[in-house]
Amino acid sequence: MADKVIFAMYDDDDKLMDGAKHLVANKVKVSDVYSPMPLHGIDSIIGVEPTRLAITAFMYGLTGTMLAIIGIRYMMIIDWPMNIGGKPNFSLKENMLSFVPIFFEFTVLCAAHGMAITYLIRNKTLPGMPPRNPDPRTTDDKFVMEIKTSDNAHVSEKDLSKLIKDTGFIEIEEKSIL
Amino acid sequence: MHKESDIRLPLILGDKSYKDITDDVIRPIEANPPKTWYLLLMISVVIALWGIGCIVYLLGTGVGVWGLNKTVGWAWDITNFVWWVGIGHAGTLISAVLLLFRQKWRFAINRAAEAMTIFAVMMAGLFPLIHMGRLWLGYWVFPLPNQFGSLWVNFNSPLLWDVFAISTYFSVSLVFWYIGLIPDFATIRDRVTKPIFKKVYRVLSFGWTGDAKAWNRFEQVSLVLAGLATPLVFSVHSIVSFDFATSVIPGWHTTIFPPYFVSGAVFSGFAMVQTLMLILRKAYKLEAYLHVKHIEYMNIVIIVTGSIVGVAYITELFVSWYSGVEYESYAFLNRATGPYWWSYWAMMTCNVISPQLFWFKKLRTSLMFSFFMSIIINIGMWFERFVIIVTSLHRDYVPSSWTYFHPTWVDIGVYMGTLGIFFVLYLLFSRYFPVLPIAELKTILKSSGKNYKEDYGKGKGYWDKRSAH
Repeated sequence: MADKVIFAMYDDDDKLMDGAKHLVANKVKVSDVYSPMPLHGIDSIIGVEPTRLAITAFMYGLTGTMLAIIGIRYMMIIDWPMNIGGKPNFSLKENMLSFVPIFFEFTVLCAAHGMAITYLIRNKTLPGMPPRNPDPRTTDDKFVMEIKTSDNAHVSEKDLSKLIKDTGFIEIEEKSIL
Repeated sequence: MHKESDIRLPLILGDKSYKDITDDVIRPIEANPPKTWYLLLMISVVIALWGIGCIVYLLGTGVGVWGLNKTVGWAWDITNFVWWVGIGHAGTLISAVLLLFRQKWRFAINRAAEAMTIFAVMMAGLFPLIHMGRLWLGYWVFPLPNQFGSLWVNFNSPLLWDVFAISTYFSVSLVFWYIGLIPDFATIRDRVTKPIFKKVYRVLSFGWTGDAKAWNRFEQVSLVLAGLATPLVFSVHSIVSFDFATSVIPGWHTTIFPPYFVSGAVFSGFAMVQTLMLILRKAYKLEAYLHVKHIEYMNIVIIVTGSIVGVAYITELFVSWYSGVEYESYAFLNRATGPYWWSYWAMMTCNVISPQLFWFKKLRTSLMFSFFMSIIINIGMWFERFVIIVTSLHRDYVPSSWTYFHPTWVDIGVYMGTLGIFFVLYLLFSRYFPVLPIAELKTILKSSGKNYKEDYGKGKGYWDKRSAH
């Protein structure tokens, strides 16, 4: 049998959630869900792994702190120590306190922008990218479940369509993958 | 989805469905704007152009066209800067701090408040830039290698901290705002029919798809950005206050400044949100999403922050006497009874006395009164900065140089101009951008929507079925 993608559309998030639970309980793999808003709890039902973006934010932040320390040390201590009211200008440690605000700001700057850029790239959302939602109504009030037959070779086609039918969709669409 | 307590009033009134939320928010974008919108835009454009004219005149002639003199070297320019930054504090506070505290009512105001933040910070940034007199050398504030040595900027200076704080705050707020906007732009993209709109929103929505993983990442990014933006909000206005607090001018040299400035900023920011949102909800018929309860919550924030500001004013007065420093005591005595007594008492009345009226439930749930108060607070907070800056400077250590500051028409023109530019940007935002977060409102419909909440306990409501399930 040719590989197919089945898009089942629901008019309510509860129906989709219950339907997904029903399918997963019967060993059907739901490959994705398209919704107009975040559905809390769907990740654990269909097995979406938790994102690691927060870890990247931490690493970008750490990079920012290091860059700020290295940069300020070079500019203020090594390259051109300035005499400001006769305060010690030869050691980073003794000037550290007045450098803290910029360490902090630069850490936040790097963490926030680094994470945001990673987020956009990982989501494939960049200016000019084409939208890939199966139906324009999924950004309004409809919810779509995507099931690939290639993921569900262990379920017979008949069983699969019966199981999907039980979930109470409002529309269904099948597309074959070339 | 968790069930919300029955005692909590619903956040979304009326018999709304997911479709209704989309329709209600996008309708003003699809429809032709009303005549009043064009009228307001025209007025704002005229004021903005006048302001730009004043700035051009100032740059061509020199900062001398402002009313500054040898004694009062800082006046309206820095007053306006601090005022605008303060206003710019509400947006990110609403989206970051209230997100961390899981305050769902923020969804009614966060998008518009974030837009306000971004435009306000833009206006704030303008003042230090034009105060330099040589706008085209503005990039000198950044530590860039140059042919003078390299001569670096001074990282010990609060003015440089300000450069980093304000630019970080501006860019992080912008990113935060835009990441929230992407899914809503996608909703508009999939809906509008005008070809030009379709094309533009297609680009703006970055190809948002709304799959499970994308939403998973979206929520994580929002949470982490909120976690990063929360200390950022507090740091920015603390650093603005360091511009004054680290100097040795009596009246400025106060350790209470950072918390006092931060709460003052939140106070004025919320007032500005009230002013703008009360108009917006009426103009765009969003009464179901932003109703008396939201206004009341904001008024409660205003009482709390207003009271902190009040305590700070009184603490300052007490400490100036208790310190035993005669210059410090005189600075405060001069504020209250000197030639600028009127500005001091305007500040006291607007910021300390009048917000206390919100203790009366009748007043804090009155829309007209809230609107009136929001204007009063905006005026009061402008005077606060004016009092701190001008009254501390105009009588310095040498009585022969004591003077009085008179703003010139350029001072007034530039200030008015920034208000004009701000409103032009805000009007364009409210016309072409979704003013409420569509996707996020949908997440609270079932937990806080009136139609979903009210039937509970009668056996056939949504939550009855859900809990029996």
